[in-house]
Amino acid sequence: MISITNFANNAIRMSVDPAESGSISLSKARARALPATFSALLGFLALITPMAAETTAADSEEVPVAYISQIVERPPKLSNLDIPPEDEGLAGGLLSIKDNNTTGRFMKQAYRLEHREVPADGDVLAAFDALHAEGLQHFVLNVPADALLQIADHAKGKDVLLFNAGARDDRLRGADCRANVLHITPSRAMLADALAQFLAWKRWRNWFLVVGRRDSDARFAEAIRRSAKRFGAKIVAEKAWDYGPDARRTAQSEVPAFTQDANYDVLVVADEIGEFGEYLAYRTWDPRPIVGTQGLTPTTWHRTHEQWGAAQLQSRFLKTNGRYMTPLDYHVWAAIRAVGEGATRTQSTAFGDISGYIRSREFELAGFKGQKLTFREWNGQLRQPILLSAARALVSTSPQEGFLHERSLLDTMGLDEPESECRFE
Amino acid sequence: MSPSFQEEEEGDMKTAISILTAGLVASFGLASSASAYTVYISNEKDNTISIIDSTTLEVTDTIAVGQRPRGILLTNDGKYLLICASDDDTVQVFDVETKQVVRELPSGPDPELFVLHPSGNPLYIANEDDNLVTVVDIVDNKVLAEIPVGVEPEGMGISPDGKVLVNTSETTNMAHFIDTETNEIFDNLLVDSRPRFAEFNKDGEKLWVTSEIGGTVAVIDAKTRKMITKISFEIPGVQPEAIQPVGLRVTKDGSRAFVALGPSNRVAVINGETHEVEKYLLVGQRVWQLAFTPDEKMLFTSNGVSNDISVIDTEKLRVIKSIGVGRFPWGVAISQE
Repeated sequence: MISITNFANNAIRMSVDPAESGSISLSKARARALPATFSALLGFLALITPMAAETTAADSEEVPVAYISQIVERPPKLSNLDIPPEDEGLAGGLLSIKDNNTTGRFMKQAYRLEHREVPADGDVLAAFDALHAEGLQHFVLNVPADALLQIADHAKGKDVLLFNAGARDDRLRGADCRANVLHITPSRAMLADALAQFLAWKRWRNWFLVVGRRDSDARFAEAIRRSAKRFGAKIVAEKAWDYGPDARRTAQSEVPAFTQDANYDVLVVADEIGEFGEYLAYRTWDPRPIVGTQGLTPTTWHRTHEQWGAAQLQSRFLKTNGRYMTPLDYHVWAAIRAVGEGATRTQSTAFGDISGYIRSREFELAGFKGQKLTFREWNGQLRQPILLSAARALVSTSPQEGFLHERSLLDTMGLDEPESECRFE
Repeated sequence: MSPSFQEEEEGDMKTAISILTAGLVASFGLASSASAYTVYISNEKDNTISIIDSTTLEVTDTIAVGQRPRGILLTNDGKYLLICASDDDTVQVFDVETKQVVRELPSGPDPELFVLHPSGNPLYIANEDDNLVTVVDIVDNKVLAEIPVGVEPEGMGISPDGKVLVNTSETTNMAHFIDTETNEIFDNLLVDSRPRFAEFNKDGEKLWVTSEIGGTVAVIDAKTRKMITKISFEIPGVQPEAIQPVGLRVTKDGSRAFVALGPSNRVAVINGETHEVEKYLLVGQRVWQLAFTPDEKMLFTSNGVSNDISVIDTEKLRVIKSIGVGRFPWGVAISQE
């Protein structure tokens, strides 16, 4: 059984021989999108034409979906316990295609996935162009923030919808937001707020923040500082972890000294790739819980999650892939399900109908989180409850009770409309 | 499940339950004590069935059964309780006389909910993990057919004449209409997100489908299979996200429908003619499934989080009692006599 580091797996994949990457085609039929009036079809409770249960792909309208992932070289890390699966993300996408096709049988709609894996120094635009030239219009992306912006700007003006399944950067939902991007993966601000709400509920108000040496750690720490302010916590101590990446032999002597001079309730770690965070627990000077990127961790999906029908998705995924679903798998699954909902509800495979529905107020996605998932109109972010999980037990789900919002409780997490710097052109 | 295990457990449970319910009963004189029915509750996390006497409203017995018991129903002759033992991938046949599991039905994997043909046979089972409805002959103990449906089949309803089976699929978001002669889908209707339960009116005119995530109840013309209306709910002081319709029951005369609204901890009372909500009744936490007594004077609700059963007086529209049962009570079935 391979277990997954929950926090560190987005957009970071082990290096794979480019020769192995390729296209995965689930159906050979070509796309023939028929134009249809969206408004006429938006009667989302309309009757479907009677038909036999088994509809072949041949007489179906096709909905092809693209998945582009970019291999980012994994920095050396101290732990080799959690090896990211080779097909992480892709496996979630394929399951979603299968789910959509089960529904598609009744709709005469057939889905297929085209995957391109781009090397770290590869050209994401070339991959995008190639797929776009083949007629693909729905793109699920697991690429770093800069590559995502490159594609979004390049795709501007084209009939294309992009789903961000990997990049957590707050700027993509703020100053660098793009109108043609919908974000499935939550921002760091959302994750930090989910954690902060729980800590506030616990009345653990004094935080000791430990920040790793990477840029991503600095950005997570920034989100934590903002959340502390927002939910009435205080960062009573903050230190950079600069003992280097391998603490296995030295943690027992270093961590007590490192955490000695502070009076705090909880140690908050910012170590996204998992260089040192796991080695803090049990070694702090005072006995204190560890939260953040290690210990109690905010995430969208975890193998401990079984409520609200999640057990069904977990078991479907496990049966198909022989491993547990990761957050990245879930993001790609949800993005493709959103496309599926668009095609089902509008009873159309035309790009304008599907994307129009996804962007409309009628859109809702059942994502095994106990309530419908919808998109924030002001920045394209998917609203979603956030799990707070320890390694082998789900601890809580945010939003926590008692935090109120005029629109949706889910908007108590992440940058809210009034504070958002996002302005779509 | 071996009977010996069951006997070992019984003593302790009885004690625990009698402590739990002691003192609650005396203060409630029921308006009607016409018939004594037996109420069966499946406790999903305890792997037990709680048995309640409808006159005393007390738990009289708690019996160990298979793993993760969810949907339950009584056979037409009232002799057997059928139990979806989801994690055992089987449907258990429980003899209500001897209170023992006497045999198992081939159910397909992960059975969750099922419905019996009005004639008493066959049984239609939703197999959540395999996107199938399995048709089982409960006399001959064999699978008659497997019907491919949408993703995560759950709700099961059958028309009073037994001709039309309706299955709802939670991720496909459809009600599938199945011809019980051919065992084939002949129509599909899109409903709101995560449809959980389907129930026909006794006259066969209307079909009700609840959508948990959509937060609505679809009222469907059973003949034309077109939507008549879609009922939404609004409860002062309750977050809209918490209103999640699950179980639903319609009175025999069709004048009223009762809908369990999940984590809002309410049962909505709906006018069967106007389809308007008449009242919300506060029950236990995460109310899940419902069942009437045969005289329809009482409605029992399973409350998954508070681990109890609420008893509703259907004339006064009041909750008259809470009965503590096992952990995560799920299904409710009530004997005809």
